[in-house]
Amino acid sequence: MRLLGHRLSGGAAVGFAIILANIVAISFARWIAPYGEADLVGDVWAPPSGADWLGLDNLGRDMFSRLLFGGQTSVSLALLITALSFSLGIVMGFTAATTNRWIDAALSRLVDIIMAIPQLILALMVLSVLGTSIPVLIGTIAILDSTRVFRLSRAVAMNITVMEYVEAARLRGEKLWWIMRREVLPNALPPLIAEFGLRFCFTLLFIASLSFLGLGVQPPEADWGSMVRDNATAINFGGIAPLVPAAAIALLTIGVNLVVDWFLSIHGRAHGEGA
Amino acid sequence: MTDEILRITDLRIAARTEEGEEKILVQGIDLTLHRGEVLGLIGESGAGKSTIGLAALAYARPGCTIIGGEIRYAGTDIRTLSRRERRRLRGRRIAYVAQSAAASFNPAKSLYRQVCEMPVRHGLMSYAEAKKAAAQLFAELDLPSPETFGERYPHQVSGGQLQRAMVAMAMSCRPDILVFDEPTTALDVTTQIEVLAAIRKLVRDHRTAGLYISHDLAVVAQVAQRIMVLRHGRMVELGEAAQILHEPREEYTRRLVSVRAAAAPPAEAAVAERGERLLELNALGAAYGRLRVLKDVTFSVRRGETVAVVGESGSGKSTLARVVCGLREPAGGSVRFRGELLPPTLSLRSRDQLRRIQMIYQMPDMALNPRQRVSEILGRPLSFYFGWPRAKVTARVEALLRMIDLPVEFAARRPGELSGGQKQRLCIARALAAEPDLVICDEVTSALDPLVAEEILKLLGRLRDETGVAYLFITHDLGTVRRIADRVAVMLQGAVVAEGPLAQVFSPPYHPYTEALLASVPEMRLDWLDDTLRRRAGRQGAEGPVIGAAAADRFALGT
Amino acid sequence: MLPLVAQRVALGLLTLLAVSVLVFAGTEILPGDVATAILGQSATPEAVEAIRRSLGLEEPAALRYWHWLAGFLHGDLGNSLANGRPIIEQLDFRLKNTLFLASAAASVAVPLSVGLGILAAINQNGSFDRIVNIVSLSAISLPEFFIGYVLILLLAVKLDWFPSLSAISPEMSFGERLYDIALPAATLTLVVLAHMMRMTRAAIIGVMSHPFIEMAFLKGLPRWRIIVQHALPNALAPIINVVAINLAYLVVGVIVVEVVFVYPGIGQLMVDAVSKRDVPVVQACGLIFAGTYVGLNLLADILAILSNPLLRVPK
Repeated sequence: MRLLGHRLSGGAAVGFAIILANIVAISFARWIAPYGEADLVGDVWAPPSGADWLGLDNLGRDMFSRLLFGGQTSVSLALLITALSFSLGIVMGFTAATTNRWIDAALSRLVDIIMAIPQLILALMVLSVLGTSIPVLIGTIAILDSTRVFRLSRAVAMNITVMEYVEAARLRGEKLWWIMRREVLPNALPPLIAEFGLRFCFTLLFIASLSFLGLGVQPPEADWGSMVRDNATAINFGGIAPLVPAAAIALLTIGVNLVVDWFLSIHGRAHGEGA
Repeated sequence: MTDEILRITDLRIAARTEEGEEKILVQGIDLTLHRGEVLGLIGESGAGKSTIGLAALAYARPGCTIIGGEIRYAGTDIRTLSRRERRRLRGRRIAYVAQSAAASFNPAKSLYRQVCEMPVRHGLMSYAEAKKAAAQLFAELDLPSPETFGERYPHQVSGGQLQRAMVAMAMSCRPDILVFDEPTTALDVTTQIEVLAAIRKLVRDHRTAGLYISHDLAVVAQVAQRIMVLRHGRMVELGEAAQILHEPREEYTRRLVSVRAAAAPPAEAAVAERGERLLELNALGAAYGRLRVLKDVTFSVRRGETVAVVGESGSGKSTLARVVCGLREPAGGSVRFRGELLPPTLSLRSRDQLRRIQMIYQMPDMALNPRQRVSEILGRPLSFYFGWPRAKVTARVEALLRMIDLPVEFAARRPGELSGGQKQRLCIARALAAEPDLVICDEVTSALDPLVAEEILKLLGRLRDETGVAYLFITHDLGTVRRIADRVAVMLQGAVVAEGPLAQVFSPPYHPYTEALLASVPEMRLDWLDDTLRRRAGRQGAEGPVIGAAAADRFALGT
Repeated sequence: MLPLVAQRVALGLLTLLAVSVLVFAGTEILPGDVATAILGQSATPEAVEAIRRSLGLEEPAALRYWHWLAGFLHGDLGNSLANGRPIIEQLDFRLKNTLFLASAAASVAVPLSVGLGILAAINQNGSFDRIVNIVSLSAISLPEFFIGYVLILLLAVKLDWFPSLSAISPEMSFGERLYDIALPAATLTLVVLAHMMRMTRAAIIGVMSHPFIEMAFLKGLPRWRIIVQHALPNALAPIINVVAINLAYLVVGVIVVEVVFVYPGIGQLMVDAVSKRDVPVVQACGLIFAGTYVGLNLLADILAILSNPLLRVPK
């Protein structure tokens, strides 16, 4: 099997399949889900059966249906946050790499300090003051995450700006904006695309962790992380209820990681030949 | 001679590409080597010389495989040996001297640790014995304070010394065969001599057989008795060194010889002044922090003239180029262009001033954006400087491609699909697209094979005659200077030590540094190294050889 | 080299100071108001005013920051808003527990992952390497709570080898405590193991493309010796870095794991404080976590400098 002119490895094929299945399941949740999000259909933590093949949750709701609806929240939040952090991080990173030394120094030091504190700790501190709501969650994580995108895009842009073809453009008298758009961005794209995948995974796990701690998505809204939290005690009775949403997170992350791994490997050897 | 030590028959080596296709690197090579004999392997990049050299150790680089033939060392085919037996041979019986000593020494370990590693690991000596033996080799190789030299780390010694330490390492088990893989290529010419002399002495004294790999015929001829010429993994010609040098049989060898020989005679220069003064450098200085890299540089370039700036690494010649084109602010002095004072930085120069000075780089790979098509690369200066409509740009791009002898269809390609020489042509076309008055050429041929470099030089000469452009030609290669320059400026430690018409600078009375440089360029005759060493010894007497950095200090004082 | 180390230490201290400002500013200057936070949105203005006065909120922020930092350096972390007791009382026992758990996990994870990484590099593209690659790539993707619950389900509920809850107390012996934290420590180990191992392998393989490695092969050395003696010393800096990042990550990962296993550590405390919006406790925990993180990174920087021969032996 080939994609974008490159042979698809076994791992990558599995990864694409997982991602595709997730997209379909989440987009068409309303039609696929056998029950509504809040429908009580049976006993608390009823084990899997023919009708409810993932079992029931802590209130007796169908796990499979909840998984589909919860996925909508988890995935769309993660996507939105990653997109935001990328826009912010790339603009700041490219600016730092190509404008003057003072702007670079100021932005870099600020990012250094923010990154000197673990992301989860900073997020917890902000949430303790602002309280937990979806907009606060999105803003906080996007800003914290953008520091990492900043570092990467700045480094990538710096590596490219020392290339002689960029120097040639500067010698020609090209404007900064033109150089960024025509000389730097096309060459910076592959590492940034790979990073987008990794950041998405990180954000998905991060929101899930916050929700699991009870500090993320709040009821009645549910995501995969809060579903783990709600069903946590089932584990002591040997139930698998908390493992189901946790496995969903793990599966999607593995899928994205497999694809990113493949993408990085073809990018690594595609030099000159990819044209 | 009956004491044959190595016989390779019908050697075939292939590489596997990522797509799983097989590409033949070496095809049907036969060679024999006797005790005490050095065989030179010569060819351009891609000729398979290093691959053959490594095969003598039954080693193939990752991705490559020896697919056929025999490699007999003292009668046994080493391809049939087990992995362990082959390991026992490597380093102990057949040793390797790599091109870049700086990269081939482990930066984390002292020289003693690395030089003694082979005799100790092969169970020949204890560490103490190996140290003693290493110190003796260091002494034989004229390394300073041989007893303590080995205690240093690779980054603590100079390039020439490190290369000799690499020879000592290869000799540490007293092997029967040494494979030298371009051991002097990465060195400056004045340093090259000392390493070359050391290698020859050692090989003679120990009667070690050697495979000497190089792209420079003149260098090989100084150490090898026989020379094999290779191209595209096949043998072109094999003969005595003198025969290859003076009566080459094959057309390809003749071309190699003539390119190399062309550099030898001092050119009869056109001393006639060309046009008006185009670029005038007046007491130009530049500094990195407190380190002064340019000192009072004064000379000028006239219209249509080629001025070569020649010097060894660290002489400041590249900094000079960067100051002229505005990438580096001068620390003093002035640059006048067409009679006007040029602003010190890029951003202060007008678009017209930028257009009139163009630059061509050493590495065409890095100077061309891999994601742009040739049409964009050549078209952008046209639309940028002249604001032409698309149709006119397209027509001009085609004309430019014809000018540099590339097919018009190349407009749709990307740099990755071109060869090294084609890429450099493209860079030339991009510079000329702007219709400049001055093109700065920064070592434009030094990354290219001699035959390709020759074509690039011819092209540059032809284009100068056609367009009347002037070149400021930065190079370390005196042969290139002779081929192309009208005037020369010789640089040493940031200062111009000699400047004038080519014939004047390159003929007596010389500046002492110019003379040392000229004397260090290997010439196409077998006794060149002997002559040079003898002349040196005679002149310097008890002082011993003064080369490399030491020479730089002395000559600089004389200015 | 010494000046370089001194410079790093100075930079580290400066970073710590900057971090403390950020921790303080992050919780005090953000639009949320502590007084309102304590009393809830419906509090009367008078009540809010009283609280503000008792907390010293009338003072300028810079002065409050100074008091807070000075107190912190003397071990006075202020009082909890939730129960009014000194924070240090709750923190002391829990901090020790967290450090105990983290160091237990680290002492298993670091040697194991570096060793496996070296083995994978020696066996590059072999079957061991391929298996390790797939397994570790998947393991990186697993959330901490997933690993934690799987371990509980298998080893505590089904097999009943270990306790599912790690409620340790001061009067337990070292051995008992070690047994109690087996599962959370194993979870933490698994969380950081894969990443550290992959990076160790990548660092070594990165060095393997250098010409001096080819030279070592041509000297007739076996592959394992080349990796251990020639590649590893040059890969130390990146490996140290990865270990530091992962230890720092471990300190943070502890938060989720403590909640999973209801372990009385500082992570639990912080999560509780956040949900109660008990800002002084959050500040104290945050500063401790951030300080550990900065300290570990600083240590890694210094070790990397010491491992670099170009810096260790002057030209």
